[in-house]
Amino acid sequence: MALLEIKNLTLEFGSSRSSMRAVDDLSLEVQAGETVCMVGESGCGKSVTALSIAKLVPTPPARYVSGQILVENRDVLRMTQAELRTIRGGVVSYVFQEPGASLNPVFRIGFQIKESLELHRPAAATDAEVVRLLKLVGIPAAEYRIRDYPHQLSGGMQQRVMIAMALASEPKLLVADEPTTALDVTIQAQILDLLRDLKKRLGMSILLITHNLGIVADIADRVAVMYAGQIVELAPAHALLRRPLHPYTQALMRSIPKLGSDEARLTTIPGNVPQLGAFPSGCRFHPRCSKAQMDCSENSSALIEVETGRWVRCAYWREGQG
Amino acid sequence: MSGLLIVGSLVLLALIAPTLSRHHVLLDPVEQSARGLDQDGMPLAPSKQFLFGTDNLGRDVLSRVIHGARISLSVGIAAMATATIIGVTVGVLAGYYGRPLDTLLMRFTEITMTIPALLLAIAFAGLMDGKQVHPHPSWLPWHFLDVTLRPGLGSIFLIIGFVSWTGIVRVVRGQVLALRERDFIQASKALGSSDARVMLRHILPNVLPTIIVLAAMSTAGTILLEAGLSYLGIGVPPPAPSWGSLIADGQPYFIAAPHIVIVPGIAIILTVVGFNLLGQGLQDVLDPFQKPVKK
Repeated sequence: MALLEIKNLTLEFGSSRSSMRAVDDLSLEVQAGETVCMVGESGCGKSVTALSIAKLVPTPPARYVSGQILVENRDVLRMTQAELRTIRGGVVSYVFQEPGASLNPVFRIGFQIKESLELHRPAAATDAEVVRLLKLVGIPAAEYRIRDYPHQLSGGMQQRVMIAMALASEPKLLVADEPTTALDVTIQAQILDLLRDLKKRLGMSILLITHNLGIVADIADRVAVMYAGQIVELAPAHALLRRPLHPYTQALMRSIPKLGSDEARLTTIPGNVPQLGAFPSGCRFHPRCSKAQMDCSENSSALIEVETGRWVRCAYWREGQG
Repeated sequence: MSGLLIVGSLVLLALIAPTLSRHHVLLDPVEQSARGLDQDGMPLAPSKQFLFGTDNLGRDVLSRVIHGARISLSVGIAAMATATIIGVTVGVLAGYYGRPLDTLLMRFTEITMTIPALLLAIAFAGLMDGKQVHPHPSWLPWHFLDVTLRPGLGSIFLIIGFVSWTGIVRVVRGQVLALRERDFIQASKALGSSDARVMLRHILPNVLPTIIVLAAMSTAGTILLEAGLSYLGIGVPPPAPSWGSLIADGQPYFIAAPHIVIVPGIAIILTVVGFNLLGQGLQDVLDPFQKPVKK
């Protein structure tokens, strides 16, 4: 049994008359102890998918059209508010992109971590436990830091505090929505090391959202590549990075600058991510695809399993090789 | 912080007024005295003995104004507290939950705003005629809820509070609307906080500086409204010396003894200016990101 099972999730924004489909028939599983990365450009629906796991997308404006989100075999979308509160933080914890903005500026960090404890492990809501959590995420002199306000910490330290808050409830799944985007590169590496280390020690699963393929190489077991609200490729991380099958994934890989490359210009993907609600007909990537065929604008492909555990949404994935 | 100085000394004077009277520094504000009238029975002009003169019943105006500060300030502050509690509650609920509750509460607030506060207060005061009210269905024996509506200190601050909360709602709602979208509110919800917890623990402390400034400024308004109601004779009942009723008492003697009206008038102006300055000063202190008011 998977810890998290998203089945055919479809989510729309706006009224039923002018609806914009942000997530379209998305299915994804996260096993216990597994790290899954979701990759994609801005606006492809990865954050909305991640927030949906604890039903955190405000409805309205969003609308869950169909599908199920099973967390430990219980459907989150049919839960009452009280049940949701036990899932939020209790089973699924979040770490967001901007650590500075995710901490309440008017409270000391110790107080905020304790609040997380009070909500899910009231018996452990002590200073000692807060200090232990801060040490766990690698904050030096934690005994003194608990009296700091968020603005007194650096971005990397703030993100560690956020992770400590998320871990306080001992979640089974940590959803990290671009946890390193706001941090500089050396701190990024430290935070990723921390996440990997914590995962190993605490045996939790991680769903990591990123648009950085370098992070994928670093930490992921499996990768889901998203484009315009759909998963276009789902594969084990090393296989995907070695041999991407979908033209979009290939284009993404080509647009990573490489050290020692002779190319004068960095390859980019022409065009922009299609606007919500204005997706092209047929395959949604075809206007930007270098390998598009005549009928790509008419026939949309299903997600096909081409090898065990490798799924691709492209009818011409075989032609795209080589 | 001239506002703090003015308000501070007023509050101090109001607090020590009974002590001063007991030691005969001030006279009794209610006791009528023949010494305070001339042989024609007219009020005395300011002199060494009566620093601000006497009123039509021979009472020392200075003593009455200082004792009046006790009533005007306590009614003003209690009314401000009432207005702030109502205003903050409505504002936070409207801003946090959004539509449709927001629409409902804000339209109600705007309708209340269109009614002049003084008229509304007079209407409320008209209800305070000593009748009993049973705010529960008649078949329930909840007589502890019964209230008798009677004029006095207790009802006047509630009346003023009930008509002065609207301005606070709009500002608080605006701030909550902005706060609600901040990441840390989202983060708190992601941790499993209930709505009540998010509002009380995360939103309220972040609006607190605004609430404090608004409260200080609105105290000026509530004091003015109390003076207005007392002037019209529907505020604090006599012989308690409220500034508004002092002015009303002195009005018939305005030509002969203008000091009876002018002295409490100055006290009102000073207090209102004081609270406004205090509010502005607090704003500079509590909101370091806003440009300070040019001095």
